[in-house]
Amino acid sequence: MNTRTLKQSERIHPKKFALWLGLGTIIMMFAGLTSAFIVRRAAGNWLAFELPPLFYISTLVIALSSLTLIFAERSFKQQNRTVYKNLLGLTLFLGIVFVILQYAAWMQLAGYGILLRGNPSGSFVYVISGLHAAHVLGGILFLTIFYLKALPKLDPVKELLEDINTEKNLPIEMLSAYWHFVGILWVYLLVFFYYFR
Amino acid sequence: MAIIESGTEIKIDVHDHHEHEHHHEESFISKYVFSQDHKMISRQFLITGILWAIIGVLFSVLFRLQLAWPDESFPILEMLLGKWAEGGKLAPNFYYALVTMHGTIMVFFVLTAGLSGTFSNLLIPLQIGARDMASPFLNMLSYWFFFLAGMIMLVSLFISTGPADGGWTAYPPLSALPKASTGSEFGMTLWLLSMAMFVVSSLLGGLNYITTILNMRTEGMTMMRMPLTMWAFFFTAVLGVLSFPVLLSGAILLLFDRHLGTSFYLSDIYIGGQPLTNAAGELLQGGSPILFQHLFWFLGHPEVYIVILPAMGMVSHVLATNSRKPVFGYSAMVMSILAITVLAFLVWAHHMFISGLNPFIGSIFVLFTLLIAVPSAIKVFNWIGTIWRGNINFTPDTLFSIGFVSLFISGGLTGIYLGNSALDIPLHDTYFVVAHFHIVMGLAAGFGLFVGVYHWFPKLFNGRMMNNTLGYIHFWITFIGSYCIFWPMHYLGMTGVPRRYFQFSNFETFDVYSSLNVFITLAALLVFFAQFLFLINFVHSALYGKKMTTLNPYDSNSLEWTTPIEPGHGNWPGAIPSVYRGPYEYGKGGLDYVPQHVPDSQLWKKEPQNEKV
Repeated sequence: MNTRTLKQSERIHPKKFALWLGLGTIIMMFAGLTSAFIVRRAAGNWLAFELPPLFYISTLVIALSSLTLIFAERSFKQQNRTVYKNLLGLTLFLGIVFVILQYAAWMQLAGYGILLRGNPSGSFVYVISGLHAAHVLGGILFLTIFYLKALPKLDPVKELLEDINTEKNLPIEMLSAYWHFVGILWVYLLVFFYYFR
Repeated sequence: MAIIESGTEIKIDVHDHHEHEHHHEESFISKYVFSQDHKMISRQFLITGILWAIIGVLFSVLFRLQLAWPDESFPILEMLLGKWAEGGKLAPNFYYALVTMHGTIMVFFVLTAGLSGTFSNLLIPLQIGARDMASPFLNMLSYWFFFLAGMIMLVSLFISTGPADGGWTAYPPLSALPKASTGSEFGMTLWLLSMAMFVVSSLLGGLNYITTILNMRTEGMTMMRMPLTMWAFFFTAVLGVLSFPVLLSGAILLLFDRHLGTSFYLSDIYIGGQPLTNAAGELLQGGSPILFQHLFWFLGHPEVYIVILPAMGMVSHVLATNSRKPVFGYSAMVMSILAITVLAFLVWAHHMFISGLNPFIGSIFVLFTLLIAVPSAIKVFNWIGTIWRGNINFTPDTLFSIGFVSLFISGGLTGIYLGNSALDIPLHDTYFVVAHFHIVMGLAAGFGLFVGVYHWFPKLFNGRMMNNTLGYIHFWITFIGSYCIFWPMHYLGMTGVPRRYFQFSNFETFDVYSSLNVFITLAALLVFFAQFLFLINFVHSALYGKKMTTLNPYDSNSLEWTTPIEPGHGNWPGAIPSVYRGPYEYGKGGLDYVPQHVPDSQLWKKEPQNEKV
């Protein structure tokens, strides 16, 4: 479907464009939450607390996973299947570690006496980082699907067919865009929490 | 996959699934239920929207009965509603539930999904020259998330504690505390879930509309050659994509407050002298109900433009087509839609002037609110300029378009009063507000829906046309009746009659207007029953209506009239037509109309002395 002229197909692919718009909606959602945070903080009766140290470690982990995904994408485009598969697996692993670390960070936070209920300053950190973790889980789901697809195939014809597919780079490019986005989003949230704590 | 089409140019098939071009027999499920064809999805949106409109308007009739005859007993109500109308009289809680559901259903399900969903889906690919949306699959999901949202809301009507009853704005603490009223129990939870599904539906739809308009236009269709409908749907989608996520944020925080003991919106609440605590026995403190109002109205205000912009676009298109004149000031129309879109995000606090908002902040919002009058006035002048000395075909779609302009002016003028924070103090939450937003948003957008249905009916239902005579009767009763409903409400509001009151007979000050309330209710009943003329016309014409004999019954310029009478999935059997000019070239160069897809060389080669336009 959607037959278009050669000239038009050189523009950004509609699906990739839709993904970028989708990322825009996620930005709006977190912009809404962080502005609610600022408005609420300005109203007073605000409990200040230190962020759990594990948040910083998890930031390193998700940054590292973005790095491994960059190299995975590069090896995919160089048709280096084994390296691609391994790097993708590493990214997936780091993504899972990130979510576990976020959970551990919540436990640390709870250890300080900052619970989900109570003063909204703590509730906001839980809800915002939780919603972010939900978006990371969405990325993990797709990483898993890509990893399963990257496992060695028995049918050489299928592999050959994939090689000549003109759009074969599109899915991995969209996945990286999303994954880097959730990484950068977390860095923003961390800086935000640090600055406005 | 590359395919060669009709020898002119090499085309690239961007998507893998090209099965529709082969016109094989589709199964019932894939053709009518889980269809990925934008035209079928548009019909699904329209019919679902109409069903919801019947429910939503019926609810308003029920509570109008209560307002007109508060002491009367209607046995039929007890038969229909059971315990919610014992002795034939509405229960106060259920009155609030009806008001809440009327607002929610009409704003979201009818005027957002039913209007923008239907016509964005139908017209975007047809008018820009695309075979379908950028992602037909996401488009299908968009409908089914809407369907799911509707089903959840429908279920909430039948649970034992009743549907949400805290108003369509769902302000906490009423919505945050299950103890606040019966509707704040499970009904409110379902309301929030339904809204979350609806947000997902709107976002999926909006992403698709924007992507399709920006990326899939046919050869020669520059942005400034698009019909104004396209510009309207484009900015509607932009508004939705930017504002609905914020509503979702607000709703998520509300769900946490309701179910997980947080207090984002709750602070120092005493029930029966006892402070409210969470499950752990701690005081609920530190929250701010105003925070929800900010998050809600950051969506809520753009939402009213989401509702009205598609109607504006369709009215502009239909007025130009049916008065056989170019749209007056095409680029001014585009720029005013853009201006409305930008301003829509800067005015939300004008809903909150009396919430304790800092008056200095309030005055900034007054300024931006009044600024919206400028692009709105430009649009009104241009509509009038378009029909001015035109050769008008007074078909029902034209009448509804002119009705739209009339309503938009009458409702817009009262907006100038309400936009002033000083005048808003006495007028806030009175019937003046009810009159204002029903005329400018509810009725005007509803008229936009009728414009779209009457005008594009042949595109919706395989070339069948609606009956014009029934259309005229429908128009005049609706138009006059609607003014009779809402005009008197201005007077009620100016004397301070508050909205959302169950019964006025206990208030000596307000009880003197009981005869006016009876008049309003009678008008409402008349308009309600007149809509059945439309429904009969709609169903009968869809099944047995007169088939159009030519491809282009209105002699219109835009591309949707170049498709076959019964287009398949893919819209054009051959190549997509290319576009050579703007969409509103009527009465130029000695021609009544100059379709977008006809090259200049074909139009004027017989008369070379005729200057090109």
